[in-house]
Amino acid sequence: MGILDFLKRKGEPTANVARERLRIIVAQERSNRGAPDYLPMMRSELLEVIKKYVHVDIEAISIKLEQDSGHEILELSVALPDGKAPAKSDTAAG
Amino acid sequence: MTAEIIVVTSGKGGVGKTTTSASLATGLAMAGKKVAVIDFDVGLRNLDLIMGCERRVVYDFVNVVHGEATLKQSLIKDKRHENLFVLAASQTRDKDALTQEGVEKVLEGLSEDGFDYVVCDSPAGIEKGAHLAMYFADHAVVVVNPEVSSVRDSDRILGLLASKTRRAERGEKPVTQHLLLTRYNPARVAIGEMLSVKDVEEILGISVVGVIPESENVLTASNNGIPVIVDSNSLAGQAYSDTVARILGEERPLRFIDVPKKGFLQRVFGG
Repeated sequence: MGILDFLKRKGEPTANVARERLRIIVAQERSNRGAPDYLPMMRSELLEVIKKYVHVDIEAISIKLEQDSGHEILELSVALPDGKAPAKSDTAAG
Repeated sequence: MTAEIIVVTSGKGGVGKTTTSASLATGLAMAGKKVAVIDFDVGLRNLDLIMGCERRVVYDFVNVVHGEATLKQSLIKDKRHENLFVLAASQTRDKDALTQEGVEKVLEGLSEDGFDYVVCDSPAGIEKGAHLAMYFADHAVVVVNPEVSSVRDSDRILGLLASKTRRAERGEKPVTQHLLLTRYNPARVAIGEMLSVKDVEEILGISVVGVIPESENVLTASNNGIPVIVDSNSLAGQAYSDTVARILGEERPLRFIDVPKKGFLQRVFGG
């Protein structure tokens, strides 16, 4: 570090931030790689169906497609809210 | 003997694909190989400028694909290396000017003419031109900058190389992937401002075939229309020479990835 370096404005050491952000996004995108293009649309349509019965957020639904020796497994998981409140009460009294 | 097809690709634009294609093709020619370098960026021809042959383009890649000119008429012989030829991109705006069959025919023609290597300079993006540039490849040089969007895009490209190429479709030996890190600034890496070689290798899960330091000589070379590898005094030129040697199977240690040691005056006055 020379004397004149004090006069130069130094940037923030942000490479660590870049590395962590990339690790996460690259891993996420790799897990979706090779999945059929219809998955996102199917996910939102499934959400519509589930919403009819239970209040859930789109974040609560995860769809994974796994390849396992010769066959594919479509795994759908829905995290139900604690109260399990019905979305619409079709059997409302009155 | 069939020609080895090398695609130079990246996903993101502006990372150094054309600079790399020009230097890689020139380096292979300097090693005694017969080389053709093809610009796949239909509508945005630029390889001719970097190779310094822009005023000698008569027929282009699309002309050959459409049978309007022969390969022999369209290949532009390099001024410095007699075994190096350039096939320019067409300036047509027709995105469908290239077809898979047409590209295959040109590559087969080059093999028959005794070419050892065909370097395919891919356009940016993942559209048709980029797909055709990588489809027939035996090797891929994925150019990446130590920067978030470039790293993410190159991961996408590595995925496409593993699934959307002829080798992948036929279940043959996969396309050999070479990661080339360009515009590397060791000083900024040292103070934590830039992703390091190791960071990029770890994120992408593949080791680099070369690291090209950020260098003023790259702009000078493009200004002059002389591939930077010809400038053997420049660090970027030397780093490209090392890279070409490694692609040809030679083992060479990475250079120019650490901050150069400073002399006394530099230590006192900085810089």
